[in-house]
Amino acid sequence: MILRGKAHKFGDDISTDLIAPGRLFHLRTNLPELAKHVLEDADPNFAKKVKPGDLIVAGKNFGLGSSREHAAAIIKLAGVGGVLARSFARIFYRNAINVGLPALICDTSQIDQGDELQVDIEKGKIRNLTKEMVIETKPLPKVMLNILEDGGLIEHFKKHGKFKLD
Amino acid sequence: MGKTIAEKILSGHSGRDAHAGDIVVAEIDLAMVQDGTGPLTIQKLQGLGLEKVANPESTVLFIDHAAPSPRKELSNAHKILREFAQKTGVQLSEVGGGICHQILVESFVRPGDVVVGADSHTCTSGALGAFATGMGSTDVAIVIASGKTWFRVPETIKILINGELPYGVYAKDLILHIIGLIGADGATYKALEFTGETIQDMIMSERFTLCNMAVEAGAKTGLINSDEITRAFLKAQGREEDFRIVKSDEDASYERIIEIDASLLEPMVSLPHEVDNVKPVGEVEGTKVDQVFIGSCTNGRIEDLRVAAHILKGNRCYPGTRLLICPASRGVYLQVVKEGLLDTMIAAGAAILNTGCGPCVGVHQGILADGEVCLSTQNRNFKGRMGNPESFIYLCSPATAAASAIEGKITDPREYL
Ligand code: SF4
Repeated sequence: MILRGKAHKFGDDISTDLIAPGRLFHLRTNLPELAKHVLEDADPNFAKKVKPGDLIVAGKNFGLGSSREHAAAIIKLAGVGGVLARSFARIFYRNAINVGLPALICDTSQIDQGDELQVDIEKGKIRNLTKEMVIETKPLPKVMLNILEDGGLIEHFKKHGKFKLD
Repeated sequence: MGKTIAEKILSGHSGRDAHAGDIVVAEIDLAMVQDGTGPLTIQKLQGLGLEKVANPESTVLFIDHAAPSPRKELSNAHKILREFAQKTGVQLSEVGGGICHQILVESFVRPGDVVVGADSHTCTSGALGAFATGMGSTDVAIVIASGKTWFRVPETIKILINGELPYGVYAKDLILHIIGLIGADGATYKALEFTGETIQDMIMSERFTLCNMAVEAGAKTGLINSDEITRAFLKAQGREEDFRIVKSDEDASYERIIEIDASLLEPMVSLPHEVDNVKPVGEVEGTKVDQVFIGSCTNGRIEDLRVAAHILKGNRCYPGTRLLICPASRGVYLQVVKEGLLDTMIAAGAAILNTGCGPCVGVHQGILADGEVCLSTQNRNFKGRMGNPESFIYLCSPATAAASAIEGKITDPREYL
């Protein structure tokens, strides 16, 4: 799986409250509407400026806080191609893969706002086309890669009837 | 080599000799969702074409986050849960029942269980010696359909706590201190095992407070060996037969060990907008507060409300400071009434909310105005958490909260005890 897109930079500790605010709790059964507010409390214009395939690039502990899968789901619905972060909060990390949103742990310190990136998810290789440099990282565990390649956990389960660990 | 609690429980539930770092598929004893995450779980189950539930008697839906519903969209979300429960025979906890995690520990979780919940504070149940962790709606949907999920067996960090907590210092102060020490991502992907003399002497209510906030350090779960205190708690709930001994081996291997001397601690406060932004109360004393909230799955138990009532007795809230008190469950509420604490609280000027999450998640019952400050006994103070990104949330123990409500500003509770 290869992703290509422009980087939108965020800092450390982007909570699920910043991604999908609690005050919009009533929109959780209306994801397309909730997606119009994605990351609103971290960057009020994000939903308007993000282009299909763009990548979110963040610091440590992305997605901390609540288990609300809506956070991962609306990032994907907004057209984001994937999320790169120095680390993820574990519930968000699983949720992202389960909804088919690629999430990769890597050193993001060398990526700046607007950099053009090409990401090989299987190999764990990120090419910064703007800076002409390569960032290597550990690929996802096999079970997560399998789920992601099937398009999410529901599709994975429909296809195999169980978890395919290797 | 010996095993940690996490390794033992996951070995038992996966039928293999599991160690930290292994990926296993485990049988799940108990699965739950709440009204914020459940409708999506049900939608996913429908997408799977599966409306059959693997274990209806150990699948629980909770209506607690926005209960009773403040608006029609949420009423419709609640209806989805009610209809699903009716169709499949799963358990439903209605409006007025209380917060999911409190009801789970009162009525469902047994030491040694594997518990998954579509709510991040599912780790609360780890205090009973269960492997309990939060997941998203889709993960829990698969558990409801199949009775299983996959885990990476976590490494464990041992938090070894010795010494007696000083008067006026509680488990909440201890866990805030620990999170301040290791940071909001200090235990990401790991389990935390709380152990030592301080824990051996600690009542269950306080143990729940500790494990509840494990996720605030990024942990997958918080765990405590089950013992006679666990047994007494289960007995008081009328289910002593659920007791089992669950404990880590002496020679278990830990990623690291953090030692804490509880006798040196003071009341602690977490400052906006990060839980790990922790300071001793003395450093923020005098900060004006507009609203005080005593409740939540962290600190809404009878023991918490007793401390609050003790401090409030004969006092009144400072003019212009609102005090909201919310018992965590119906059982807690009944006890508050029985012990006559309600009179004390109401006379002090508190508004008593119906059981549930109350204002903790920013949906209803106490949303803050721009620029306002709330001092809360809940577990999170992220920007926007209580419904307004222009407001400020400080976290503390029920004692600090009650004393501060009387003074209208953040106050050291020891002056009131
Ligand atoms: S009380 Fe707050 S933290 Fe606890 S389950 Fe409810 S919303 Fe979540």
